[in-house]
Amino acid sequence: MGSRASTLLRDEEIEEIKKETGFSHSQITRLYSRFTSLDKGENGTLCREDFQRIPELAINPLGDRIINAFFPEGEDQVNFRGFMRTLAHFRPIDDHEKNKDPNVSEPLNSRNNKLLFAFRLYDLDKDDKISRDELLQVLRMMVGVNISDDQLGSIADRTIQEADQDGDSFISFTEFIKTANTSLEPWARLPGTTLHHCHC
Amino acid sequence: MVRLLVLALLGFLSSRELAVFSADDASFKASEAHNNALDPRLHNGSEHPTQKRLKIFTFDYTHVQAPFEIALWIMLASLAKLGFHLYHHLPAVVPESCLLIMVGLLVGGVIYGVPHQASPFLSTDVFFLYLLPPIVLDAGYFLPLRLFFENLGTILCYAVGPFGLGDVSLLQTLLFGSLIAAVDPVAVLSVFEEIHVNEQLHILVFGESLLNDAVTVVLYKLFEAFCQMPTISAVDVVTGIGQFFMVVVGGVAVGIVYGFIAALTTRFTEKIQVIEPLSVFLYSYLSYLTSEMFHFSGIMAIIACAVTMKQYVESNVSQKSHTTIKYFMKMWSSVSETLIFIFLGVSKVRDSHEWSWPYISFTLFFCQGCIPMETKYHNVCLPFLGVIFLTSVVNKFRMNTITFKDQFIIAYGGLRGAISFSLVFLLDDFPRKKLFFTATIGVILFTVFVQGMTIKPLVELLEVKKTRKSPPSVSEEIHCRFLDHILAGVEDISGHWGQHYWKDKGDCQKPAASISPLLPGELDSIRTILTRNLLHIRRKTPSYNRHTLQWDGNAEEMKEILHRRSQSLGGNLTRKQGGASESGKELSKKKRLTRSHTVFRGFWTPFIVLAVTASLVGGFLLVCAVPFVSAKLYKLGGGFLITPGECHSSRGSQHFKEKA
Repeated sequence: MGSRASTLLRDEEIEEIKKETGFSHSQITRLYSRFTSLDKGENGTLCREDFQRIPELAINPLGDRIINAFFPEGEDQVNFRGFMRTLAHFRPIDDHEKNKDPNVSEPLNSRNNKLLFAFRLYDLDKDDKISRDELLQVLRMMVGVNISDDQLGSIADRTIQEADQDGDSFISFTEFIKTANTSLEPWARLPGTTLHHCHC
Repeated sequence: MVRLLVLALLGFLSSRELAVFSADDASFKASEAHNNALDPRLHNGSEHPTQKRLKIFTFDYTHVQAPFEIALWIMLASLAKLGFHLYHHLPAVVPESCLLIMVGLLVGGVIYGVPHQASPFLSTDVFFLYLLPPIVLDAGYFLPLRLFFENLGTILCYAVGPFGLGDVSLLQTLLFGSLIAAVDPVAVLSVFEEIHVNEQLHILVFGESLLNDAVTVVLYKLFEAFCQMPTISAVDVVTGIGQFFMVVVGGVAVGIVYGFIAALTTRFTEKIQVIEPLSVFLYSYLSYLTSEMFHFSGIMAIIACAVTMKQYVESNVSQKSHTTIKYFMKMWSSVSETLIFIFLGVSKVRDSHEWSWPYISFTLFFCQGCIPMETKYHNVCLPFLGVIFLTSVVNKFRMNTITFKDQFIIAYGGLRGAISFSLVFLLDDFPRKKLFFTATIGVILFTVFVQGMTIKPLVELLEVKKTRKSPPSVSEEIHCRFLDHILAGVEDISGHWGQHYWKDKGDCQKPAASISPLLPGELDSIRTILTRNLLHIRRKTPSYNRHTLQWDGNAEEMKEILHRRSQSLGGNLTRKQGGASESGKELSKKKRLTRSHTVFRGFWTPFIVLAVTASLVGGFLLVCAVPFVSAKLYKLGGGFLITPGECHSSRGSQHFKEKA
């Protein structure tokens, strides 16, 4: 909300974003107002500090990694298209999407893409495998300060052992899919209509 | 165990001693008064000369009797709770409400066994004006808002539904029905603590019990008024229904008004932070009293006030005030609850001499006339049938359906408690009153003790039958938590809080794949490490334990993360912005602005409405009054037009300040 919002977003852009991400018109406008309210520098792009200013994100253990996921490789600014593209991963999965055309690439919020997003948050060096070290780093962030490194190491080992099927002591994407699929249930049930309660 | 016994004994003895003292003193004073009345100049030996002599040691109990006894009861209950929690296995089996009732019975037995002057007891005013508000305020303030409003339809169905299905025989049984249907939030929540229900269920029952209270009290007053009227015509019934709606809506309106005033006040209290908790409590209490003044529903007023106030107050007050508010609220509501249960115990024992002993009277009660039995069974079976019926209706409109297990818990978890008891206690005397009284107490005792203690095993039984309960594998737990964090983070970025259920940890389930078996001890230790240490951020519903406030452990963790962040952030901000103020202050100020910025937009809505109405009225007056009346109306109309102008301009300047 705010009088500036709708004037700066042209209808063609909205259409393009709609096609690319699958959000509805009202959702896009609301997210645009959120984008502009985060954009303190008012230059149409968000930098890392804009994200870090969100107080709840500051206490999220994975806050930094989530923020990094918004920025494409090597860049420091993200525009609205990029913002929406990343957010599109979190739209609920439409099992009955009308577009069954096999030539069109998978929609951004398909199950696979959601898992790929999560996988990339684990995999920092982008080698398409989660190594024990990367797992340890994530665990260390998610866990309090009371755990010793040995205990953490054994937890990481156990995790890899449960998921690893080809015995290379790395978790590849396919292996990740198998273990994480059931954990995906909360995501699958995120109804898109709740985006109406956006506090813009 | 030994400590528990010692504590209980100590409490018992001390209260008994003082009771004995008071008895002695009472007889002392009585005989003195008697003698003096007979013949002031007669001396009775060494006892009391009519001339006053200075005494080195005086003992005057009646002077402080009432507050002293109340304080003693509360102390006794606290000690009992202490002892209760010392023995670890007990809280898992017996809900705290049971404990409180037992303490009450104990105290009642003591008082009954000792010749005593009239102890302070429950009157209408005391209950409604002093004991009830803290409990309701506590419930309303900590109400998880999003979940509440998302489930509001369902909650309303459950709250109001059973009343519609009540029996329609005698008016008095209707009255009885209305008060016995009051599910007690206090007892229910303490039971739910033990069985770790998921959030959705928690809010359903919580919301239902809360609204139930309001509806019960309103209906109770309505039926009481009906009982006193000689005849009832159809007009009265319609008026009654109209009054019901008026009461509810009026209460909510009053609460919202006070909530906004409180929000406005806290906006300016940066310098005088001591006032902040005080204003929160005062405004809520005032809203309760104001709505009682108009015979609106005070409970709805307090809830509305707390709900409205909370969002703004949380942004405006300091951290310390926030803690103070939280703790004081808990304290007061605990004390109220304790007192109510103790009164329950005390009066049960005191009045029981009319019906011989409690247990005999309970069995006698079953053999009483058919009507009370009918109503008792009506109201125990009614929840089950009512819930099942209502749920089937409600499930058609909901996305996340309420499972059978949830329904069972809702129905079975309908414990009656303090509110029912107080309401029946306060009924005016009529021939059936004793019957109702005993029946209510019977139902309360039955539901609290029997249902309260058995709900946990039953739930576990159900759960075992429905799903293969296998513990989640380690990687599943980790991935679950990982994804939860991501989701929470993205929700924060996109600025909304989605309908994202944080199910209980045990729900992230799947049958464990067969992998190389780990020693069971090792696996368990890994699991315990994880469950204890994985950070829980953004617990949206505080599934707190209202008696021990235990969920505070995360405050330390959060503080540490925040500290780490602010250090790295502070540097960045001063570099980029080059501001003159220190980084920390800048950071906190920026944080505050981000939060309050999003909230104040809604805050100005009532002012906007006011401005629009005022300008419309002003224009109307000005235009219509032109040919007819004197110059005074011009001034009035002009005044009306200037006011909204001021409002608009002040709002505009506020906006400019915020943008800058």
